[in-house]
Amino acid sequence: MNLDAKIPEGPLVEKWTRHKFNIKLVNPANKRKYDIIVIGTGLAGASAAASLAELGYNIKSFCFQDSPRRAHSIAAQGGINASKNYQNDGDSDYRLFYDTIKGGDYRSREANVYRLAEVSSSIIDQCVAQGVPFAREYGGLLDNRSFGGAQVSRTFYARGQTGQQLLLGAYSAISRQIANGMVQIFPRTEMLDLVVVDGQARGVVVRDLVTGKIESHSSHAVILATGGYGNVFYLSTNAMASNATAAWRAHKRGALFANPCFTQIHPTCIPVSGEHQSKLTLMSESLRNDGRIWVPKKGIKGLTAKDAVHIPEEERDYFLERRYPSFGNLVPRDVASRNAKMMCDEGRGVGATGLAVFLDFADTIQRDGRDMIEQKYGNLFDMYKQITADDPYDVPMMIYPAVHYTMGGLWVDYNLMTNINGLYALGECNFSDHGANRLGASALMQGLADGYFVIPYTIGDYLAGMPYEKIPVDYEAFQLAEKNVKDRIENLLKINGNRTVDDFHKELGKIMWDYCGMARNEEGLRHAKQEVIRLRDEFWKDLKVTGTNDELNMSLEKANRVADFFELGELMIDDALQRRESCGGHFREESQTEEGEALRIDDEFSFVAAWNFTGKDQPEELIKEELVFENVKLTQRSYK
Amino acid sequence: MYFKLKIWRQKSPEDKGGFQSYELDDVSPDMSFLEMIDVLNESLERKGGEPVHFDHDCREGICGTCGMFINGRPHGPQRGIATCQLHMRSFNDGDTITIEPWRARSFPVIKDLVVDRSAFDRIIQAGGFVSVSTGGVPDANEIPISTSIANEAMDAASCIGCGACVAACKNASAMLFVAAKISQLALLPQGKIEAKTRAENMVEQMDKEGFGTCTNTEACEAECPKEIGLVHIARMNREYYFAKQSSESLSEREKVHEG
Ligand SMILES: Cc1cc2nc3c(=O)[nH]c(=O)nc-3n(C[C@H](O)[C@H](O)[C@H](O)COP(=O)(O)OP(=O)(O)OC[C@H]3O[C@@H](n4cnc5c(N)ncnc54)[C@H](O)[C@@H]3O)c2cc1C
Ligand code: SF4
Ligand code: FES
Repeated sequence: MNLDAKIPEGPLVEKWTRHKFNIKLVNPANKRKYDIIVIGTGLAGASAAASLAELGYNIKSFCFQDSPRRAHSIAAQGGINASKNYQNDGDSDYRLFYDTIKGGDYRSREANVYRLAEVSSSIIDQCVAQGVPFAREYGGLLDNRSFGGAQVSRTFYARGQTGQQLLLGAYSAISRQIANGMVQIFPRTEMLDLVVVDGQARGVVVRDLVTGKIESHSSHAVILATGGYGNVFYLSTNAMASNATAAWRAHKRGALFANPCFTQIHPTCIPVSGEHQSKLTLMSESLRNDGRIWVPKKGIKGLTAKDAVHIPEEERDYFLERRYPSFGNLVPRDVASRNAKMMCDEGRGVGATGLAVFLDFADTIQRDGRDMIEQKYGNLFDMYKQITADDPYDVPMMIYPAVHYTMGGLWVDYNLMTNINGLYALGECNFSDHGANRLGASALMQGLADGYFVIPYTIGDYLAGMPYEKIPVDYEAFQLAEKNVKDRIENLLKINGNRTVDDFHKELGKIMWDYCGMARNEEGLRHAKQEVIRLRDEFWKDLKVTGTNDELNMSLEKANRVADFFELGELMIDDALQRRESCGGHFREESQTEEGEALRIDDEFSFVAAWNFTGKDQPEELIKEELVFENVKLTQRSYK
Repeated sequence: MYFKLKIWRQKSPEDKGGFQSYELDDVSPDMSFLEMIDVLNESLERKGGEPVHFDHDCREGICGTCGMFINGRPHGPQRGIATCQLHMRSFNDGDTITIEPWRARSFPVIKDLVVDRSAFDRIIQAGGFVSVSTGGVPDANEIPISTSIANEAMDAASCIGCGACVAACKNASAMLFVAAKISQLALLPQGKIEAKTRAENMVEQMDKEGFGTCTNTEACEAECPKEIGLVHIARMNREYYFAKQSSESLSEREKVHEG
């Protein structure tokens, strides 16, 4: 298979403009003759569905939550980037592009990333017009903060609830189109298979989560905006139900899965408190602007936050400030996470488990006053106290890295189309813009860029060549896909073994975290692969799912998702094995600099690893898309 | 910690439903309330029983998916948080905890603690938006907005659509939820243009969905996990009254003239 990313000709800054001019248009009167299925109502899905409906296409929109407003995007806290340069501090499209490419450790496509930067400003305009109440300065203009290691202030935010406000904006836009009759909405409905006819994506099979009814929907194109797969690790900052099923089923129908091992571990999460832990809570990265991260110079077993207050300055190691004098506590996420792990590995971790470091606000509170901190981080401090019972105004917070975001995802070309014609992937579910590491506040930007400003153009180019005829759902391909879905559900229900889904999921997560988490090596990965295969076999022999298909059934829903996590987990391990370099969030212990930093091997690994499913229990085929850098010079990232 | 749980079990919308008692030992005070239910469910499933169905997703108080009526209060005993943010340390060892779904005519039970809140979505569809399409909007800084207005709009916009206000109200009124959206958009210049029709349409839909009337018991404000204030109801009433008087929907204006 030959991968063509369809990157337009011409200089970087002109590519998108030229492309928009060159692509085919669908006549306004003909748009209503096309049906588009959009799976997902997060930032990417809701913005796409709304924008496409506004253009006149017929949209069917699906999500598994009870309302489109509850997609996982709602939980994003920190903010959204845009190169507005409102602060006059030297920002530009080019700088945002450059930061994103560098932040991604040179494993993303220049053209895609430049376009992202180019449309970023329009996103802010759009959201403000929808009534998104961004934070403002006293003069009434929009406020910005610097975020996640950026050296300009380009992050727009709405208190600590930016994702919520942006999503509610997109939700209001899709609601308007539902009222107009242009979007038909299917909440509590989960896509369980993709239907491909003559090499074109022509529909999906879904399960109504309330009645269990399996049903097909036919369309002229299918858009997946189904989010990331961080929950492979069981514990992550993702919402409980976030899963990989839609993308994975598409993969098994032929869509390539790119860079599956690129996962982002976020440095500032509340540490695990015990076996019962069901998910991890992120403390916004913005806290690193004012908090100082430290551990004691000499390990102290079980050091509590209360006792930490009494540890004198000279016995503290502010390890990020020490190791990275110019970026200090604001180094990128992967670097901050790895350093925290290193400290804990050295036995200097704190708290009951020794798997935590301090994030301390004492100096800032003394400098700026409690009010100032309360204004900036009040809700985060309250949240922390609610969860841990420690008050961060009085004692330092404890944090530890946790799985947060997945850079990998379905392979897409410049048009956001996968290698299956008419199948698109948007938002976190594609692989396109963040390389091996995503910068803070750039996922919201990407989701909305894809949905509001990219797909409305690029999908027209494809549909313009499509006949209007609809494929009826009694067509063979639909029937086969439905049968496939039903068989699998039946198989899950009839195992009737002894272990619950959560039990399996936890064990899988632990294998992935231990061997395919913050640090990876050949031996560990090989071991993990065997373990995942062993556990998957056991899953299909000893799983217990109660209830039936014909009702709301939480355990069945989970079983379906976890079954896919097993397969995806294995591919993540294969991908991590194959990539014998370190880059961004992917740290191969065999490939590091003398100072212990990630060492890329550009002449061997400057490619996107796109995996092709070749059949059940067959090894997947690796297809490489070489990355060509014409505008930036590849350098070893340095945050010293 | 040890707890006795009395939980509402209802197999389907048609089923009558009833309370079931369970006992749970070895509960850690650091567990969240939903993690406590997870533990119960694990043990039920191991014994071949069906887990207690409940809605949840983010588990950090922002998605509005969770919602349990705990010991007679929506989202439990603590102010200003959603069910998923409640921790077992808020209870005493040995307590009996009663757990029910939201109870309101407009929120029919689907199963156990899961209810259908789609009425809220339909109210938003009736007008909870600014009618702008993608593209062609002015620069974000073209219209300055004072911080006090922006802050107040943000307070209203914090609503997570959980429905606790409805569950708390003896009339099952949705006023606080509806007011939060109307108020947010009425405060902002971007939303002002459609303020009148929005208020009329959303209130009309709210009535259609069968939510009760507001008799100012203020229970909603007390139980709202985002502490959305009654000031928004006052603002909505002003908007609505003003809208009715000078309605831009002609049929509505006639009604006012007639009556
Ligand atoms: C705690 C947290 C904080 C974050 N903070 C920030 C931040 O400050 N800035 C930033 O830029 N990024 C942040 N991120 C990342 C960002 O929020 C996500 O990457 C982004 O919101 C993903 O959006 P999405 O639209 O791609 O997918 P999602 O919002 O995950 O939406 C997925 C949608 O797909 C649906 N779906 C999935 N599978 C199926 C299926 N099989 N059938 C039907 N429907 C399906 C779901 O119902 C849902 O509607 C944060 C992430 C987390 C976890
Ligand atoms: S107003 Fe408060 S209680 Fe009502 S839905 Fe919104 S957040 Fe929930
Ligand atoms: S689960 Fe999201 S608010 Fe409780």
